[in-house]
Amino acid sequence: MTDQDAMLRTEDLHKQFGSKVVLDGVSLAVAKGESLVIVGPSGCGKSVLLKHLIGLVQPDSGKVFVDGSDFWKESGVGRNTLRKKFGMSFQEGALFDSMSVAENVAFPLRRSKRSPADVRARVEECLRIVRLPDVGKKRPSELSGGMRRRVGFARAIAHQPEVLLFDEPNTGLDPIMTDIIDEVILELRERLKATIVTITHHMPSARKIGDRVALLFGGHIVYDSSPEEFLHAKDPSVRQFVEGRADGPLTADFERGTSRLTEAT
Amino acid sequence: MRLLEAIGRVVLRFLEELGRFFEMLGRFGMWAVRPPYDPGELLRQMVRVGVDSVPVCFLTTLFTGMVMALQTFHGFQRFHAESFVGSVVALSLTRELSPVLTAFMVTGRVGSAIAAELGTMRVTEQIDAMTALATEPVQYLVVPRVAASVLMMPPLVVMGDAVGMFGGYLVAVLLLGANPVSYVENSFQYLEVGDDIVHGLIKAAAFGLVFSLIACVRGYYTEGGAEGVGRSTTRAVVAGSLSILLVDFFLTKLLN
Repeated sequence: MTDQDAMLRTEDLHKQFGSKVVLDGVSLAVAKGESLVIVGPSGCGKSVLLKHLIGLVQPDSGKVFVDGSDFWKESGVGRNTLRKKFGMSFQEGALFDSMSVAENVAFPLRRSKRSPADVRARVEECLRIVRLPDVGKKRPSELSGGMRRRVGFARAIAHQPEVLLFDEPNTGLDPIMTDIIDEVILELRERLKATIVTITHHMPSARKIGDRVALLFGGHIVYDSSPEEFLHAKDPSVRQFVEGRADGPLTADFERGTSRLTEAT
Repeated sequence: MRLLEAIGRVVLRFLEELGRFFEMLGRFGMWAVRPPYDPGELLRQMVRVGVDSVPVCFLTTLFTGMVMALQTFHGFQRFHAESFVGSVVALSLTRELSPVLTAFMVTGRVGSAIAAELGTMRVTEQIDAMTALATEPVQYLVVPRVAASVLMMPPLVVMGDAVGMFGGYLVAVLLLGANPVSYVENSFQYLEVGDDIVHGLIKAAAFGLVFSLIACVRGYYTEGGAEGVGRSTTRAVVAGSLSILLVDFFLTKLLN
């Protein structure tokens, strides 16, 4: 893949919160229409990396390219134009609790040229996609955690974005809903030809929805390969993660925040 | 050494907060004039800041006017200057008490609510979600709240001026046996619209800007979950009230 084909690309991202180094030189590229899954132990900075991709967090150093444009070189208006290409679903849904569910899903459409009837139809369609057809009038506080997540999902896809970012879309959902969410992601990939970056702990999901799986640990991408190769990789940290063991390189130097592991190419 | 470190930390935090305040002021100015405008949201916030604050501001200024009349009467009686009670009540209310006390009450009611609301939105990633949906949170959340506060403080203070003077009248005439006609005459004798009432209203608008911006900054930069939201709310009220007194002093100096 050449740099021009990349929908999303990061170049040597560094980010530190206080004295804690979270990203220590992450370089990553996602091609148009590709589905990348980022896995890694809790608290290793996966969400922070995802938030860098859409410019919710500004890197201390390094660059983020969206569709070829250097994100932080753009003006505020330019950045918002780039953000319109994205749809993002957050861990806890992050629904606006001052609005109804339908208003939440309609939020990305409110500055578009669609007619009110058109917006309503699109909202219903999105809620149907996430298997929640009758909750439009409810308040987010009336929904269960899993339902809120799915409404967040519907809101993320409402404006038919080119890039979808999913922050742990199926953590804490029952196995059936987990699979439904995976199906929805696959369907979106087929239908919208969207570029997708998903964070998950769930290896079966990673295998199902990913073209590529990357392991983030110690501020680096430690391993990056196809799902099949990832599952059978010899790399000890990948093995630990895939097998879900308590002992291994991923838990060896928890305190130091940096990894002695060699970076995968 | 540890003492110095502690002092340094406090100073740094204060400067950081001050920087955030002026940064937010700049962003407010920039986004307030930029379309798209949202008159519906502004109106909703104006109702919240203004209309909903009427009862508490009404009672505050009513009792302040009553106490003012009572206190000055007993004081002035000692040197037979009872006829000036009306003037003193009117001047102190319009120039000072009505703007400051109204601002305190609104800071307690609205400033805390703004900080808690924005703080909750921050810790539940709603502000991030808004940014991700290509909507500038400052424009969508801060601009209507601050603009509503600046716009609604002066009307509240006008009401406070009137209610407070009425309270003074009630006490003077009904309780202390002042002559109604001469008390009213006396009240307006030295009161000047440009110098007294307008000064009070300028202060009111400035207080509205200060408390609402502080509340927005506190809410916007909240971290640390529910506990953080609580901390932000407290700080919004404390810092807001202190800043009102500070701004009051300098504005009084400047306007005279």
